Amino acid sequence: MSVPRFWRRRRSLYSLEGSKCAKCGKLYFPSRLRCVECNSYELENYLFSGEGKIVTYSWVYTPPQGFDSSIPYCLAIVELVEGPRLTTQVVGLAEAEIKIGMPVEFSFRKISTEGDEGVITYGFKFRPKGYPNHKK
Amino acid sequence: MKDIAVVGVGNTKIGEWYDYSLRELTDEAIFKAIQSANINPKEIGATFVGSMSSGIFNQQEHISALVGPYSGVNSPALRVESACASGGSALRVAMMAINAGYYDTALVVGVEKMTDLIDIGDVTTALGTASDGEWELGVGATFPALFALMMRAHMHEYGSTLEEFASVAVKNHKNGSMNPDAQFPKAISMEAVMNSRIIADPVRLFDCSPISDGAAAVIVTSKEKAKKYTDDPIYIKGTGAGTDHIALHSRSSLTSLQSTKTAAETAFKMAKISPKDIDFMEVHDCFTIAEVITLEDLGLCDIGKGGKFTLDGETALNSTISVNPSGGLKSKGHPVGATGLYQVIEMFHQLRNEAGKRQVTKNNIGVTQNIGGSGATCVINVFSRSD
Repeated sequence: MSVPRFWRRRRSLYSLEGSKCAKCGKLYFPSRLRCVECNSYELENYLFSGEGKIVTYSWVYTPPQGFDSSIPYCLAIVELVEGPRLTTQVVGLAEAEIKIGMPVEFSFRKISTEGDEGVITYGFKFRPKGYPNHKK
Repeated sequence: MKDIAVVGVGNTKIGEWYDYSLRELTDEAIFKAIQSANINPKEIGATFVGSMSSGIFNQQEHISALVGPYSGVNSPALRVESACASGGSALRVAMMAINAGYYDTALVVGVEKMTDLIDIGDVTTALGTASDGEWELGVGATFPALFALMMRAHMHEYGSTLEEFASVAVKNHKNGSMNPDAQFPKAISMEAVMNSRIIADPVRLFDCSPISDGAAAVIVTSKEKAKKYTDDPIYIKGTGAGTDHIALHSRSSLTSLQSTKTAAETAFKMAKISPKDIDFMEVHDCFTIAEVITLEDLGLCDIGKGGKFTLDGETALNSTISVNPSGGLKSKGHPVGATGLYQVIEMFHQLRNEAGKRQVTKNNIGVTQNIGGSGATCVINVFSRSD
């Protein structure tokens, strides 16, 4: 993914920043410029708590380019406690441990690499809620 | 909409055609369609080309101009793209152009030449561009994975089983074994499907349609002009399309496609039919879960029971309703931008009783369902032999 394409999304990717409509209160993840519910442009940055639950998941054995460093990886749709859903990888658990409905939380991780000399992209993945940041 | 007639069809056998270029594949399909309709290419008013990703697969855009003149068809040409529904969408644009009175007759071509990319990661990424590039593909989603997310949700919600999903692949391969144009014209066992390697759990290799090369062409004209080209045209009695959010996580359901429901409602109303009137269908089984969800969304079985309906044999050839007599995308192959037109070509042969060993016995009404992406786009057409 090109640097500009990644750069403009960095706040959503790095810190789960979305938007809240100042007029109607609608929450968006990722952030956007216009509220499609009430057509307002008065959108404020909104930092999501990073807590959510697994809605559905898969274990990916055949990845796209740049994602071949940890096969298989868990891909899931997570519903944030504030409402919006997103697609993400889930880390820190084995295949047998994951369950639909499991509480998970934001985790800052390496996402993908662009070849040996390209950009390394970082952003959100999710992990089981309460997962220790540094394993002993 | 006034009925549109299909008066000629042509296609390549689907396969991995390393020795042939994109334009050589379309030339075969176009020339066969021209011969089939016995038409002078000068009478073709416009050409519509459906292709998903020739830019990534073949480093070639502007294929509207690439394919027509190479095959001796010099009418104004336009490319139509809506991922795996590009073929079906190109046909709809042709129908709209004819009904708007701009042209009497149009050539519709669908093509995908996927094997110019030889690395599986490259192919996975190219196909992944039909999902949300930034928020699905960009975080590691692939197409098998997106359909796996739906399959897992379906299993969780309705208790559907891997065996039920596998039965879709077994049924379609049985049908495809009777289709000489299929990429994999071979029957497979339930064990072979369930023991195939995992691509994106719970989706296994034999839940997936293959990577394919192929081109398909159809010639369409107004009802009034149809008999000029053939004594036995088939008619498109209704057409519908639906569009939903490109990202699966933005949609209201993970186990149903609103695009299919919207397209079906429009097409069935136009054709004045209800689901029980359908005799046979070509549906978009890019993954086994997709066919299961389609059966449910079209109201052919109870919600959540599409897999059991298949396992019970209700969708087998000449059973309650024949689904994918061609072998579907699973066995016949899935050259993505051409798939929607291969479905139409199957309608043409089935309705004219020329489908050989896989001929359906009840063939008054046939329906095609062509989806794009993980279901953000759906095109549905209703076909009949009677005008």
